[in-house]
Amino acid sequence: MKKWLNPRSAFGIALISVALVALPFVAAMGGQAWVRILDFAILYVFLALGLNIVVGFAGLLDLGYIAFYAVGAYAWALLASPHFGIHWPIWAILPIGAGLACIAGVLLGSPTLKLRGDYLAIVTLGFGEIVRIFMNNLNAPINVTNGPQGITLIDPVMIGGFKFSGNTTLFGLTLSGPQKYYFLLVALAILVIIINLRLQNSRIGRAWQAIREDEIAAKAVGINTRNIKLLAFAMGASFGGIAGGVFAAMQGFVSPESFSLMESIMILAMVVLGGMGHIPGVILGAVLLSVLPEALRYGVGPAQTALFGKQLVDPESLRMLVFGLALVLVMRFKPAGLWPSPERKRELAEKKA
Amino acid sequence: MSKVLLEARAVAKHFGGVKALRDVSLSIREGEVYGLIGPNGAGKTTFFNCMTGLYVPDGGGFVFDGQPLVADAPDQAAARGIARTFQNIRLFANMTALENVMVGRHVRTKAGVLGAMLQTKATRDEEAAIRQRAMDLLHYVRIEDRAEDLAKNLSYGDQRRLEIARALATEPRLLCLDEPAAGMNGTETAELRDLIDGIRRDGTTILLIEHDVKLVMGLCDRVAVLDYGALVIEDVPAVVQKDQRVIEAYLGA
Repeated sequence: MKKWLNPRSAFGIALISVALVALPFVAAMGGQAWVRILDFAILYVFLALGLNIVVGFAGLLDLGYIAFYAVGAYAWALLASPHFGIHWPIWAILPIGAGLACIAGVLLGSPTLKLRGDYLAIVTLGFGEIVRIFMNNLNAPINVTNGPQGITLIDPVMIGGFKFSGNTTLFGLTLSGPQKYYFLLVALAILVIIINLRLQNSRIGRAWQAIREDEIAAKAVGINTRNIKLLAFAMGASFGGIAGGVFAAMQGFVSPESFSLMESIMILAMVVLGGMGHIPGVILGAVLLSVLPEALRYGVGPAQTALFGKQLVDPESLRMLVFGLALVLVMRFKPAGLWPSPERKRELAEKKA
Repeated sequence: MSKVLLEARAVAKHFGGVKALRDVSLSIREGEVYGLIGPNGAGKTTFFNCMTGLYVPDGGGFVFDGQPLVADAPDQAAARGIARTFQNIRLFANMTALENVMVGRHVRTKAGVLGAMLQTKATRDEEAAIRQRAMDLLHYVRIEDRAEDLAKNLSYGDQRRLEIARALATEPRLLCLDEPAAGMNGTETAELRDLIDGIRRDGTTILLIEHDVKLVMGLCDRVAVLDYGALVIEDVPAVVQKDQRVIEAYLGA
């Protein structure tokens, strides 16, 4: 059963590794802002792969995914900031954040189990908004979340004595905060990719896909669809919680504004645009959709000045216009996503070889 | 006389004013091929759906292997050993034939999320066993060369076979086939007949809903006839064929 790496894929992995290591240094030439954009791209890869479990594998349309991200972020913010004067270590908070998000996932999942498609989307959308509004209003009578002002001065990630914010010099190489977070995020992303891959080809992964394909047939072959769906919700939510925690630490600040419906839609768009259920596709979608708006932000303004000599349209609104157009075009010409899973004939060929 | 495997006790089901099943009682014995026939709309599939937990009966119930079947729990029916195919084939269209059968192994295996994430030895062994068993079953229904094709790309006959293989993967004691020969030509029907015969010889009891009277009469040990949701007769084919009510209701004078 063990698949050995053939020289070609080993070379590919080596190439990707070198690129991944070099990337933050290349980006730093354009300023730390670009490194931060990279950080967010990888964070979105993480989030999109978490959502992929729910939407891509199990086929449950979840429009409130950002709620779990919010739960994770607030868990970190409350347990590692001067707000309550609590400063717990990452080993405590990250699991708590993931656990709370998981509970939130089950809470959302259990009443919605019988819903499918559009109906499920509406309920999850409502759930996402509820969580956001909750965070917004939970500053009275007891100030838990500090309301719309958000929570500031959140502790950065600390592993041992190693702090992920500020500059560090390692082996004569100066790493900035965003660059350090980049490597942390890449490590987390690789972890979630491995988990996604392993789940996909497992008993549980097949059960998810079976539910996505035909729920009644899945029941008839003995799959407890209720539990298996809840599991998908819980798993996806946990990943969202972890991503939220890292987000809070990286930003040093959280407020309800970061968890709007638009964010949920963006993450869903990453999954759908890339290729639902296909891991490389989802990664591509996440990177594209997180980097593209930023690239447009820096590109649209200067391009207008160069073409017309002045700013005709506010770059910010034009950016969203171009972005929306790109989405429409992709969905028109590649409805299955940019990189959908190939027709699978791989394994037989592999075994014969 | 071998023992009763499944007993239906006055099963009733209505949809609004339509009485789809009127107190149907019948018993299927271990090791037999039991035919369930009747005109369109007689309630055959409704009976199936009640038995496999997709519908909750409005009256009566089922006893399987001496224990009552829980209504409204298809996964438990499968766990107890009742597997079924569907009249209008319901495969997992975008999964390969092999994966379809592997899903069928779900109920007899137990690897969880943690095992899959850590790829423990137990999980890897189980996964290998699932794959092996699924391949064997594909071989059994003679579509092993289509293992890596998506289910939706299989021919109609092969899809029927795949559905049977998937049902067999759950290790059923009672295999329920809902019109397996529908839309098949003569050769395919003959092959299907051999397949069903083989499954019976390997020790699985079979409940067969079918329109092809020749197939049913030739294959079944006993036959029940439903008409307007009520049981008309339950007997050996020779008796059923000659029954005046059956001829009127179904076979046509």
